[in-house]
Amino acid sequence: MAEIVIKNVAKSFGSFQALHSIDLTISDQEFMVLLGASGCGKTTLLRIVAGLETPSQGEVWIGGRRVDKLPPRERGIAMVFQNYAVFPHLTVFENIAFGLRMKKLPQQEIDRRVNRTAELMHIEQLLKRYSGQLSGGQRQRVAVARALAMEPDVILMDEPLSNLDALLRLEMRAELKGVLDESKTTTIYVTHDQVEAMSLADRISVMNGGKIVQAASPVEVYRNPAARFVGSFIGNPPMNFLPAKRASNGQWQVAGLEMPGPVAGDALEFAIRPEDLTVSPDGFAATVRVVEPLGAHTLVTAEVGGKPFRAVLDSDLPVSPGDELRLSPKPDRVRWFDPETTRAV
Amino acid sequence: MTATVENNTPKAVETARSAGRFLFIAAVVLICAWVLVPIYLLMVNTLSSPQEVTGFPKTGIPSFDFSSIQFFISFAGVAKALWNSVLVAVLTMILSIGIGAPAGYALSRFDFPGKEAFRMLVVMTRAFPLPLLALPLAVLFIRSGLDDTAIGLAIVHTVLAIPFAVLITFSLFSGIPLELEEAAWTLGCNRWQAFQKVVLPLVLPGIAASAVFAFTISWNEVFAAAVLTIENRTLPAFLVQNLNVSPLHLKFAGGAAMVIPALIFIFAVRKYLFAMWGIANR
Repeated sequence: MAEIVIKNVAKSFGSFQALHSIDLTISDQEFMVLLGASGCGKTTLLRIVAGLETPSQGEVWIGGRRVDKLPPRERGIAMVFQNYAVFPHLTVFENIAFGLRMKKLPQQEIDRRVNRTAELMHIEQLLKRYSGQLSGGQRQRVAVARALAMEPDVILMDEPLSNLDALLRLEMRAELKGVLDESKTTTIYVTHDQVEAMSLADRISVMNGGKIVQAASPVEVYRNPAARFVGSFIGNPPMNFLPAKRASNGQWQVAGLEMPGPVAGDALEFAIRPEDLTVSPDGFAATVRVVEPLGAHTLVTAEVGGKPFRAVLDSDLPVSPGDELRLSPKPDRVRWFDPETTRAV
Repeated sequence: MTATVENNTPKAVETARSAGRFLFIAAVVLICAWVLVPIYLLMVNTLSSPQEVTGFPKTGIPSFDFSSIQFFISFAGVAKALWNSVLVAVLTMILSIGIGAPAGYALSRFDFPGKEAFRMLVVMTRAFPLPLLALPLAVLFIRSGLDDTAIGLAIVHTVLAIPFAVLITFSLFSGIPLELEEAAWTLGCNRWQAFQKVVLPLVLPGIAASAVFAFTISWNEVFAAAVLTIENRTLPAFLVQNLNVSPLHLKFAGGAAMVIPALIFIFAVRKYLFAMWGIANR
């Protein structure tokens, strides 16, 4: 059992407030991804859980034990670093065995665990090598094996794949998912790559400016962004936004169209994902600017009401720059945001 | 058949470039000569017989006559001075690494108020001219009973060596990613264990080099040694005192005895000294 509870944690570096009062509960065996642009505080939060950074306020609990005053070695965690942090003066075997030797486990147990995790990460044949003789991908495998061999309650990963090339990243991502599912540890995984986050996470915490904007399942985060930031950050291409003016109660004026919406204030922001648009005669009047055929579908960047507006359309549709299109949103996929608070309405 | 040479570079650029190359080579030759010619002359004269040293014309080629060296080694007091030199140098080495390495670690790993000022201050200790300090130091040493002792002289030499020890170890520790230490912490180490098991093995060669450099500073230092010791002179102080009145060939042998160990040591640790000045970081 290793539930992680983060209570009211804040961190400031001098006058810079890196984290504003974070509350987050990560249940046992959950795979939680902290997602955000660089500088949003996601790594700081991870390092606070690891004990490499002390919070300015708040509490961290792991498995029912308050740990925020404990050093990293007493927290029952293992961490995988962005730059792998494989010890250069030790062989791969000794790297994986490092934590086990610190625990003073019997040699037999050390051998067993090292061999098992090495097999799991497909590095059995590298055990006698030094880190200087390994490629980036192999070093990453060693770092993960070293963390797994500890059989920790919690694994913390700080952008573990960001230093790998694209192809290797894809391969390692799938492998990591399998290995971590099997190990049944609670995982916190920090990344700025939304595809990585979507594909790995049980739950994603989207962070911005030192706050958690939304913590929900990947599909929920994608379909029902809790704030404008989430919609604009997740999805490639991101959500389209258009200003909406109140026409009457529950009716909104958006780029020359009137459509039903929530009952609220005078101004809202209308939002729709590019793939939730269809070409039909009663849609927005759009002037096509750029057409990017992507094979399975075509990405069209158009202009609606003077604002850039993207649509993912069927690649069979003949469309070229300068064309006038009518794009209509699927009614159940339309989302509304309050322009003042930027929260979903 | 005429071979046409492909040449797209304008003539002016080419002239400037070759002039630059000439200047560069000339500077290299000049600097090398400045260092190597005295050493060469020293070697030649050390390895020549006393007659050849004072005689004329010179051949410029050593005759590999070891009589000067033999005489120098058997010269009364040389052995003791040599022993004193080694003793003081080893003490200096231990003290300056013992004090300098923790300072270098602190500079590279922690942020504390006055960090930059401290770095500046460390280097500033070199700015005080030793002759200015010699008299008060001598008085202080006589009062505290440190005069004419190896440890007393080693303390003064440590002051001279510490800026280098701090700067070299600072650059060494900065070259070790903090993440390695953090990884060790998460794997069950406390701060000291992580240092011992991860950082120390990685910086040990550099620490050794820094120690050797401290040794060399002490080995070569003559002023403080001459002022602060009487009976227990180190080799340089001893030579300054005695060689003034010695024959020429003995001066050369003494000079060689001073230069060669220092030369070998500095050569052995040159790559770390480069690292210190930020020229090459391995």
